Amino acid sequence: MTDAIVVEGVRKRYGDKHALDGLDLTVGRGTVHGVLGPNGAGKTTLVRILSTLLRPDEGRVEVAGHDVVSDAHEVRFRIGLLGQHAALDEELGGRQNLEMFGRLYHLGARHARVRADELLERFGLADTGRKAVKEYSGGMRRRLDLAASLITEPEVLFLDEPTTGLDPRGRAEVWDAVRSLVGGGTTVLLTTQYLEEADQLAHRISVVDQGRVIADGTANELKALTGGDRIDVVLRDGGQLGAAVALLPLPKPEVSVDADRRLLSAPVTDRMGALSGVVRALEEAGIEAEDVALRRPTLDEVFLHLTGGDDRVHDHVGEAV
Amino acid sequence: MTTYALSDSWTMTRRELAHWARQPVQVLVALVFPVMLLLMFGYLIGGGRGLEGDYVDFLVPGMLALTMAFGLEGTMLAVTQDLNKGVIDRFRSMPMANGAVLVGRSVADMLQSALGLAVLIGVGYAIGWRAHGGFGAFMGAVGLLLLFRFAMLWIGIQLAMVAGKPEMVQAVQILVWPVGFLSNAFATPESMPGWLGTVVEWNPMSQTATAVRDLFGGPGGEPGHVWAAVAWPLALLAVFFPLAVRRFGALSK
Ligand SMILES: Nc1ncnc2c1ncn2[C@@H]1O[C@H](COP(=O)(O)OP(=O)(O)OP(=O)(O)O)[C@@H](O)[C@H]1O
Ligand SMILES: [Mg+2]
Repeated sequence: MTDAIVVEGVRKRYGDKHALDGLDLTVGRGTVHGVLGPNGAGKTTLVRILSTLLRPDEGRVEVAGHDVVSDAHEVRFRIGLLGQHAALDEELGGRQNLEMFGRLYHLGARHARVRADELLERFGLADTGRKAVKEYSGGMRRRLDLAASLITEPEVLFLDEPTTGLDPRGRAEVWDAVRSLVGGGTTVLLTTQYLEEADQLAHRISVVDQGRVIADGTANELKALTGGDRIDVVLRDGGQLGAAVALLPLPKPEVSVDADRRLLSAPVTDRMGALSGVVRALEEAGIEAEDVALRRPTLDEVFLHLTGGDDRVHDHVGEAV
Repeated sequence: MTTYALSDSWTMTRRELAHWARQPVQVLVALVFPVMLLLMFGYLIGGGRGLEGDYVDFLVPGMLALTMAFGLEGTMLAVTQDLNKGVIDRFRSMPMANGAVLVGRSVADMLQSALGLAVLIGVGYAIGWRAHGGFGAFMGAVGLLLLFRFAMLWIGIQLAMVAGKPEMVQAVQILVWPVGFLSNAFATPESMPGWLGTVVEWNPMSQTATAVRDLFGGPGGEPGHVWAAVAWPLALLAVFFPLAVRRFGALSK
């Protein structure tokens, strides 16, 4: 069938600020699409347009086969929304909230009540269902908000920074919920500032900056753009950095050094080979290391690389030798 | 879409009632405030104000009308607060009937106003006020008061959406007071300087108060005012109801 989400040339302006500046995106049915970007990139604006809360100034947007402007009502039957900020009635209890939303989805009084109980149970909120939401902790509120967006098991689910402010357990619960929905055929578009989250959940990722998609692909494709994984080596004695760079089996021109932190860092392709090679070479030369670690590029690095801001990475790591 | 207009509106009304249940003190304060005003004006300020007949029979209908006018403040505050809440985003992303939020608000406010009227009438009775016009006229008077309240309600909703932020509401609230007091609630226009008397006489609230006094058969009533007390609110509704519904539909587009 057709794609679950189609966004073509969408623009949205606030005053003379272009929140979205010709954004294109397609998301296949039953897949998870990550939208990655820094503060102010336009992620929330995109989600609000997709969920019929905001009209685009220009461009075409279809969700579940319906136009979000001319066919908003049809779209609303098929989507769930977890906005960046809680969309709950703070005065009412958790159960009251879910029941009310269930009725508004026209489940009928009895079914709405049963569904509310199911969801409270599933998100570990069963014994706080009576308490007013304004007395909830941030994580409880987030879980209730997610429960509310799942009342109808929507065809397309929008999650705007779903795990910001959650503890590891809360984060894992959200990820589980997303995975099980996708297992059931739901399409998910999620925005995030965490590469790891996109990595864990998303089949494809769009990197957005200043209202446009500046790169897209799978997580691995994006990381490959920045040169893939890196190895960081911290020496006990900063004076030996020069010697270490000279003898370690790493691509010399790409090694960067941060003298203050006694750190040298380089991109690697063969992760395990590089790790054992570095450890062996250091041992043989009698250079003591405090730490040797493989790591993924951070969102900073991917993002700065993509926007041509590579200089700042080097600034941070130190001068290339 | 319209099939669910009724049930959605009812769901939204239940939401307001659930708020009451969780905030009984607020509801109580809203009921007690006009009673306090009535007792203050009845006993502290009291006096004849150049009026034949019992001042209480003049004052109580005026206070009833004033309470309906001040309802505008409550509506406005509630709507502004609501519109600034995140939950409105969820409502607007759901397939619910357009405007059910506003209908829920207005049903709840009308219920609260009817309750307020009953309490105020009860207290009025306790301090010696009597309706002299018979049951039909009594119900007619209550109907006129609620019609006036209904007009105030939609003005309140529209003003809330124009004002936007709760801070702005305060500014409008301050304006409601002079409009409420520049009426014949406490004194007859004849007892005021010429221009002021004219303003007071034309105030829609004065029309309702005069008609209600007439129907209650007390002093200050003038026969033939009922049509004005029907026409004014209807005219206001004809302007503000469509404005408010349109504006709500276009929110944050
Ligand atoms: N209601 C508004 N009025 C004026 N400007 C706005 C409004 N909403 C968003 N903007 C602007 O549009 C741009 C995109 O904002 P948006 O909220 O979509 O970013 P975001 O990617 O979600 O950021 P964050 O990661 O901080 O949530 C920003 O420059 C923001 O200042
Ligand atoms: Mg955002």
